[in-house]
Amino acid sequence: MSTTKQPSALIKTEALYTALFVVGLIAPFAVYPTFLMKLFCFALFASAFNLLLGFAGLLSFGHAAFLGTAGYVCGLMVRDMGVTPEVGIIAGTAAAGLLGWLFGVLAIRRTGIYFAMITLALAQMVYFIVLQVKATGGEDGLQGVPRGHLFGLVDLSDNIAMYYLVYAVFSIGFFIIYRTIHSPFGQILKAIRENEPRAISLGYDVNKFKLMAFVISASLAGLAGATKTLVFQLTSLSDVHWHMSGEVVLMTLLGGLGTILGPAVGSATIVTLQNELADKVGSWVTVIMGLIFVVCVLAFRRGIVGEIQALIQRAGIR
Amino acid sequence: MEILGVPSALLGSQLLVGLINGSFYAILSLGLAIIFGLLNIINFAHGAQYMMGAFIAWLALTKFNVNYWVALIAAPLLVGLFGVILERTMLRKLYKLDHLYGLLLTFGLALIIEGVFRDQFGISGESYDVPDALAGGINLGFMFLPIYRAWVIVASLTVCFGTWYMIEKTRLGAYLRAGTENSQMVQALGINVPLLITFTYGYGVALAAFAGVLAAPVFQVNPLMGSNLIIVVFAVVVIGGMGSILGSIVTGIGLGLIEGLTRVFYPEASAVVVFVIMVIVLLVRPAGLFGKA
Repeated sequence: MSTTKQPSALIKTEALYTALFVVGLIAPFAVYPTFLMKLFCFALFASAFNLLLGFAGLLSFGHAAFLGTAGYVCGLMVRDMGVTPEVGIIAGTAAAGLLGWLFGVLAIRRTGIYFAMITLALAQMVYFIVLQVKATGGEDGLQGVPRGHLFGLVDLSDNIAMYYLVYAVFSIGFFIIYRTIHSPFGQILKAIRENEPRAISLGYDVNKFKLMAFVISASLAGLAGATKTLVFQLTSLSDVHWHMSGEVVLMTLLGGLGTILGPAVGSATIVTLQNELADKVGSWVTVIMGLIFVVCVLAFRRGIVGEIQALIQRAGIR
Repeated sequence: MEILGVPSALLGSQLLVGLINGSFYAILSLGLAIIFGLLNIINFAHGAQYMMGAFIAWLALTKFNVNYWVALIAAPLLVGLFGVILERTMLRKLYKLDHLYGLLLTFGLALIIEGVFRDQFGISGESYDVPDALAGGINLGFMFLPIYRAWVIVASLTVCFGTWYMIEKTRLGAYLRAGTENSQMVQALGINVPLLITFTYGYGVALAAFAGVLAAPVFQVNPLMGSNLIIVVFAVVVIGGMGSILGSIVTGIGLGLIEGLTRVFYPEASAVVVFVIMVIVLLVRPAGLFGKA
């Protein structure tokens, strides 16, 4: 996988990203903007998750806690304290980052399967706290969050304006992830994923790198959550529920673990599927999600983008 | 009568509920530990299989008029068989891969099982009457002890210690322990390890279903009853470590009791107390109370 790219391949990649970026700019005029906004929020969420699982090899089963906490913090600040949306988003992101640091400090004490169980248990604790604290509205969730005016100027109740904010947030988040993966820091994460004892013997403070990756991933998940709250003007318990943690794993797995575009493709697929199926099959949505999980694990471990990359590589060799 | 300013009847009944929850934690974490030992897979579907046990008992009684005692044997067998099929057809393909794939596969299975039951039975929950032989209760003077609840504790402890005995003292258990240490070596000695693995998964799953049948008259039979429980059991497993069978039993029951006490003295925290203890254990003794460092 770690073959150095030919200059021509680099240009091709850049062209691909530029093309995708332009598509995103004109998309709201062709597709329902609210749907696109949801899609981009989940794409950022899944990409943040993938940074951890795909590139550092750490399976967090508690990422809903970051999405949800940031959503609640942002929603409460915007609705009850009257701050502007960008302040709400930043505060939500910071809260998720702080929570990520707490989770990380505890979870990196164990590895592998235990890491997953610890993050799941901690996230469940967050769920119960959110359920019981009065400020979060318990079962009702946090409703009636105004979108407000960006920087006090731009009215976000206009869907197109809101779309471009979401798109900007996604692009920034995605760029941060892209840069992180391609930085020396990202290379060390990959080294830890591939062979942790060797990374230790090379002198890297492995736990410090894992923790940093965890905090970055949690913060970006929070960025997605805070933005999502503004889009839908509400946050609910389902955002902190373990189903959400499972969903982000599924999005990433389906799109392609450890690929850069995979999580976005996976979340687009899942969000579209949920939208299409919700009123047709009712509670069978969960069953279908479960089936996709099983098929992905048994027969489709590279995911959509991973398979495409493998196809291109095979074509290139020939 | 009051103890620490709390009526003894309240304290007693909450401790009893704690003990019951603790026995379920013990059976479930025991099953998880056995499966993990040999298969290196964390069975996320454990909660769903527990729920299946409860539902089979309920269905057997309401649709086919099959009584509790038959269900107590039949449900674990059926769910165990289901587990055997899952192991043979799916889990088997994952042993050479990263352990995390096992977790993801069983998570998917849990979603499927839960979704199907939710579609069939809704989420309102069904009640299962206590069998006649175990109905009623005894007045202990300081509290009222429902016989069924005492039975749950006795039955689950018997199964837990029976399992412990089987693993530590019998030949089959010796194979199992050897397989956990080094399955290739055991295979080389002529023992059918794949069969042993299938049996182990089936047995672990059957334990979950057994707990489910025991739980049916205590809690509501509900498609979501397992998933809420299994996450707590994961925390129990992290606290106890999966290295020791007795350790799982002791941790499970101890945490159930602590949870019961919390419900008396500080009810708001009862849902999170196990997780808080997990945090403390991770800080003080990261390998778990009975884990090997």
